[in-house]
Formats: sequence, C-alpha cells, structure tokens
Amino acid sequence: MSATTFAIENNLPRSNEMTGAKLWRAYLTETKYECLRALRAPAFAIPFLLLPITLYVLFGVLLAGSMSHGDANVAKIMFVNWSVFGIMGPGMFGFGMFVAMEREQGLLTLKRALPAPPAAYLLSKMIMAALFAAIVMGTLVAAAALIGHPGLSFGQYLGVALLNMLGSLPFCAIGLFIGTRASAKSAPAFANLAYLPFMHLGGLFYPLPRSVQPLEFASPAFYLDKLALRLVGAPSLDQLAGVMGASSHGTPITQIAVLAAVTMIFALLAIRRLARVG
Amino acid sequence: MNAHCLAELSGVSKRFDKVVALDGLELQVRPAELLAVLGPNGAGKSTAISLMLGLQRPDTGTACLFGQSPLNIASRRQIGVMMQEVTLAPELRVREQIDLVASYYPDPLPADDAMRLTRTSSLAGRPYGKLSNGQKRQVQFAMAVVGRPKLLFLDEPTVGLDLPAREMMWAMLRELVREGASIVLTTHYLEEAEALADRVVVLAKGRAIAAGTVNELRALVGRKRISCATSLAPELVAAWPGVQTVSHDRGRLQITASDAEIVVKRLVAADENFHELEVHSAGLAEAFTELTQGPNQELTQEVAS
Repeated sequence: MSATTFAIENNLPRSNEMTGAKLWRAYLTETKYECLRALRAPAFAIPFLLLPITLYVLFGVLLAGSMSHGDANVAKIMFVNWSVFGIMGPGMFGFGMFVAMEREQGLLTLKRALPAPPAAYLLSKMIMAALFAAIVMGTLVAAAALIGHPGLSFGQYLGVALLNMLGSLPFCAIGLFIGTRASAKSAPAFANLAYLPFMHLGGLFYPLPRSVQPLEFASPAFYLDKLALRLVGAPSLDQLAGVMGASSHGTPITQIAVLAAVTMIFALLAIRRLARVG
Repeated sequence: MNAHCLAELSGVSKRFDKVVALDGLELQVRPAELLAVLGPNGAGKSTAISLMLGLQRPDTGTACLFGQSPLNIASRRQIGVMMQEVTLAPELRVREQIDLVASYYPDPLPADDAMRLTRTSSLAGRPYGKLSNGQKRQVQFAMAVVGRPKLLFLDEPTVGLDLPAREMMWAMLRELVREGASIVLTTHYLEEAEALADRVVVLAKGRAIAAGTVNELRALVGRKRISCATSLAPELVAAWPGVQTVSHDRGRLQITASDAEIVVKRLVAADENFHELEVHSAGLAEAFTELTQGPNQELTQEVAS
C-alpha cells in the first residue's frame, strides 16, 4: 500500500534541522520561482524589460545622436542615464507591487506560518530585481555596441552593468517600504509617485536649471548616475550644458554612502513593519 | 511550557483594540487525533490557530508548538498549513507551487508523490491562476502534506469542493490520522466534524465552552428526536411532560424530548395504531446550536469546565 500512504512515519527518527545543503536548496528554489513568476507576469516583465531598450534607442541614440553636434560625451551619457532608468523600475515595482499584493492576499502570512527560511522572501525578490537589471543591461549594452557607439571598453560596459545591478538595491528598499504600507491597489500609484520624480530629478533626461539643482540631492538615481558616469569618464548633463550648480560636486564616497544609507533606512523600516504587522 | 506538547494554548488571551478575541483559552492537540475547532463567526477560531502558528503573539498565556515557541522555525518544520484566504502566485504551475513548499522541509515527499496522493497529478503543468476554486483547494492541500508534517492545520479545507473531491479529502484525512498525524480542523460544515473528528472543541466569545468526542457533545445536549405515524393531535402531545417541541407533517409527528423513553411509553398507551417509530440522538448540529445559542450556555460552560 505504499502507493497510497502519506508516509508520515512518526515512529521514525527525523531531524527538524535543515543542513547546509537543504537550506541552500530552499533559498535557491525560492529564488528560482520568484524569477520565473516575475518573468511570466506580462504586466511586470513587458514594460520593465522592453521600455528601457526602446526608449534608449529612440531618445538616447536616434534623437540625442542627431543633436549631439559631434560631442562624444553625449553617447556615453545617454547610455549611462538610460541604463540607470532601466534598473529603477524592477526594484521599485517588483517590491512595491508584489509585496503589497502578497501581504493583502495572505501569501506572506502563509509563508510565515510555513517553515520558509526567514530571509528567503526578501532575498529572492532582490535577486529577481538584479536579474531584471542584468537583462536590461544586456539589451542596452547590445544596442549601444550595435548602434549607440558610446565608445566604451568591455570593462566599462561590465562595470556599468555590475554597478547598476548593485545600484538597484536602494530602489528595492524604497519599493519594499511602499509595499509594506500601501494596499495592493494603491502600491503602483505610490511607487510611481516616487519613481517619476526620482527619474526627472535625477538629471537623467535633461539638465536641470541651477535653481532646481538642490532637488537632485533627493533622488537616489542622481547618486547612482554620478557613479556610473565616473566609470565611463563622462560629465553629467548639467555639466555638459554648462549649468554648473550645487549638484555638480560630490565625491564617489559620499555618493556610495548616500545610496547605502537609503537602502538601509528604508529596508530597516520595512522589515520592522513586516515583523510587527505582516 | 510543556516540553512534550504538539500544539497547546494555555490561559491565552488576545485583544484587538477593544474586542476580546480570546479570553483565557485552553486548547491542546493530542497525538494522532483529528481535533475539530467549531464556533460561530467571531468566536476566536482563526485567532486561536494563528497563535498556535506563531503568526500572532498572545497578550497573556503561552502558545506552544512541539515543545517550543511557535516562532521557532524547527517546530514549524513539523507542521503543514492550509489557510482559508490565500492567493498564490497565479503564474506558477501546480508542480512548481508544491515543489517550492517542499523545499522548506528537511525531509519532504517528492512533489510528484504529493500530487499523486492528493489526486492532483493531472493539474501538474497548469498555471495556478487558471484553476477552479475547488482545484486550488486541492493543490493547497497537496502543499500542506508535502512536508510530511506530524501536525496539520486545516482552515475550512473543503469549502468549494464538489462532493467526490470532498469525500476524497475526508478519506485522506482519515488516512493521515491513521498513520499517526494530528490534524486541527476548523469547519462550518458540522457533518464534516461529525464524520471526521476524534474530538471537538466548541468556542464562543473566545472561550472553550465545550470539549469532548462527538458523542459526548451530543449527550451533553441530551435531547432525542422521536418520529412516528399517529392519529394523536400535536397539541395534545405538546402538553406532555418532557416534550419540548412537536411538529406535524403528513400524518407523522416530529417530537423532540429530553426523556424519550417516557414519551414513547405514553405514545404506546395513548394510541394503539401508533407505528413507524424512529428515535434518534440529537446531531452535532443541534448540540452546536444549543451550546452556542441556547439558554443553557452558562450551564454548559460549567459542564465543560
């Protein structure tokens, strides 16, 4: 009758400890399925995988290329800025939307009742966001090499890609913060409320006038963009346009410190709330 | 804390703002039993279960799971859970959902075995979001047993199932208990508790107002249903001592009585043509109604304690 037994076998000695290999497998399985479901969700995968490459080719290559007047920096700036734009979405919306939804629909409660490894839920989503960032970077690098011609070395492409994958962390943390507070319906709206200003105030698309430049400090995208531009040896749009203001300064150390602080503050606030309220 | 407990709440109280959800509740799950937790809406069933699962913490008293705090992940590795309100990722396929939950346990069944046992193999490749409600419940059941748990928490497991699927699940629950697992079941279907439960606990207003086997609970109510064909007028029978209610239906009288024997003797004496006699114990449904709504609630509380 072994075919119809559940084989609970209470009398058998059983360990309730998860050895290293089993725990590793649990994290890996969670991550695999988190990535799979995000890739299969058209409302998530299509905009965040296709939008960056489409917009980069349209605005960064075709439009900006025709207006660059032969300035080699423009192609570099366009590649870097659109790549920063590309990695913001999966982190903010992947966490914001999915966490809010899963809280509301009881999935998070079920995972807390089940013996899911405590960090697996957030870690799997972080890796999912990094995977999306990697795919976005792959498409952007391919487009840049084929038609954008920013004149970067292989090492610079790789550096920008890795920096951006790491750089998705502060956006994950902000998304998570939104996801732990907003309802499933309002989460995308709140995520947009942060996403759009971050994008525009980050100085990604156009130089900001000197009077508005202090606002750039409020956008994590601004700091990430500065770091990436330094990697490829290009000035920011503000600098290129000669609008030298407050935001033209800052060292890589402060930029990294700000990004790390944003990540930690929002992640801590969110995790505390998840533990208390669920 | 009892080092040998499977799952236990002792002296547990829990308030949500001004609402008292649990009020000094004592609840214990024993080895290899199916414990049905019954109660009207708002009685505290869900709160009691979420305390045993460590989803919430008691204001006073202690919750214990396998001799430890329910917050301890090692004790949760011995349980399986099926919740009432949960939406799983619609993009994942059935086998993937089960495989994911299996990965949380040290010594799980292979996903394919869990599907075969729960008769969900035919759904293996289908996206969860495309399943019917009943199929989703079956998949959630497969997820609850895939870790080979010693203790299962099932919250309204058969809601939305058609009759064959429900009977199949009942058979599986009996098999699990036979193999030595314990099950905590909440249900609104009293016939489900009647069919499956080794023990029943009735909650009302956050307290256990009665506990015992199905038969003990029926006896607690102590009423019998008498049905017979007779020419006697219902008004006449209603006036007899020991008779509680009488109704008349197509030449038959339906009588509920606290002392069936006396009433039957009197029926025989009063009507020579009386025939087709049937006497039943009150069902769990009647017991439940009387316990949770009846005028004797204070009395039964004393009986229970």
